[in-house]
Amino acid sequence: MIGAVLARIGRPVLAVLAGFGRVVLFALDTLRHLLTPPFYWREFWASLLQIGWFSLPVVGLTAFFTGGALALQIYSGGSRFSAEAVVPQIVAIGMARELGPVLGGLMVAARVASSIAAEIGTMKVTEQIDALVTLSTHPMKYLTVPRVLAATLAVPVLVAVGDSIGISGGWLVGITKLGFNSATYLKNTTDFLEFWDVGSGLVKGAVFGFIVALMGCYAGMNSGRGAQGVGAATKSAVVAASVLILAANYVLTGLFFSS
Amino acid sequence: MITLTDVHKAFGNNHVLRGLDLVIPKGESMVIIGGSGTGKSVLLKCILGLVHPDQGTITLEGQDVTRGDRDAFLARFGMLFQGGALFDSLRVWENVGFRLVRGSKPMNKDQAREVAIEKLRRVGLKPNVADLYPAELSGGMQKRVGLARAIAAEPEVIFFDEPTTGLDPIMSGVINTLIREIVLEMGVTAMTITHDMTSVRAIADRVAMLHDGLIRWTGPVADMDAAPDPYLQQFIHGRAEGPIESVR
Repeated sequence: MIGAVLARIGRPVLAVLAGFGRVVLFALDTLRHLLTPPFYWREFWASLLQIGWFSLPVVGLTAFFTGGALALQIYSGGSRFSAEAVVPQIVAIGMARELGPVLGGLMVAARVASSIAAEIGTMKVTEQIDALVTLSTHPMKYLTVPRVLAATLAVPVLVAVGDSIGISGGWLVGITKLGFNSATYLKNTTDFLEFWDVGSGLVKGAVFGFIVALMGCYAGMNSGRGAQGVGAATKSAVVAASVLILAANYVLTGLFFSS
Repeated sequence: MITLTDVHKAFGNNHVLRGLDLVIPKGESMVIIGGSGTGKSVLLKCILGLVHPDQGTITLEGQDVTRGDRDAFLARFGMLFQGGALFDSLRVWENVGFRLVRGSKPMNKDQAREVAIEKLRRVGLKPNVADLYPAELSGGMQKRVGLARAIAAEPEVIFFDEPTTGLDPIMSGVINTLIREIVLEMGVTAMTITHDMTSVRAIADRVAMLHDGLIRWTGPVADMDAAPDPYLQQFIHGRAEGPIESVR
């Protein structure tokens, strides 16, 4: 009886650990292929465009509305202890350290991890990956490495742009709805924002970008057969990337700011 | 010459190949026939190294296919996949010239495009097809592009996986004729997997029938109809009654 219960608990735990191990091995394999030639520049530039440039609207809009909502929340909460004046500083720090990278990472996960998993999964079920191998082209080098590198470089840039747009959203709400003076708002923002507030967010962005592309590629490469298999791969890529982003965010925040 | 000796492959409890022996003579066109799910594609993928056999040896000109420089080994092969397996994101000429712009001696793009257009012409496609994407082509045209890609780098061995599946009888005839012409013209060793008996008669020098993980019968195509093997006779005449179970 107890053995059966333990087995029921142990089986999924072992499955999760085995899955995690496979992802780690996949990540190490990706890094190994990144460091050895050939490197497919054309696929890299195409991925950079897809992941970076085409994610800009969704990341920008998310940051803009988040910055605005954050300003309203801080003003409303701060008014309980007469701290309405800290809106510019908290919006800036909140966007740069936390909301910019996390929401940017999650939006990119939704948009990019799903698209990478669906594309590579479809390539797998239509034998295009086998075709790559027969054409002496390693699928890891051709498909995974350019996407992972592009996402690792593009997401910090998206985070930086998102931070600026989010802070602008807070500023717009501040001066139009909360009665702040524009010059004072901007001065408070710049005076209190430190380099590491932004820098830590960019480092987080790079890690989140790596996670997003890695999970998209991993799910695609391990996609099951048919439309159902590709659908399941797409779903698992987004879920895994999102959960890993939130977990990594906690670890990185602890590393950067716990002291 | 490709030689397979005692090749075994299982997926879990499903033993697909059970000690298969087969010789494909150099410069000949071997067609492998057999029912669906008998392991024809697995056999082909074992030779290419896409699937690793559990046991047995596979050699090309006496050299073990699992050893040595993998890229150099694969450069000796061309393959036409069942569904074409063309890269959706690349134009037709880029698909055909894929190997030409990569590898140890890459061509520049202009040269590769020229060769690709020449190969497209060889398979009966006009140069204006070169700049289209695979999704803009019909099934028959996609097969031809796949064929052009398979022959682009002048391989020594070409594999054809179900080359006429999904095509109408006229287009199937066109593809069969093209395959036969190309194999003779290039003097390559060819291995085709099919269950289309019209293709078998059009393409094959020799035929091998795969059943239950083993080669059930092999011989020249001319001897196929007179062979006494009941499995072969049931298969080539498409009879529901016989030693091969119709519900598998």
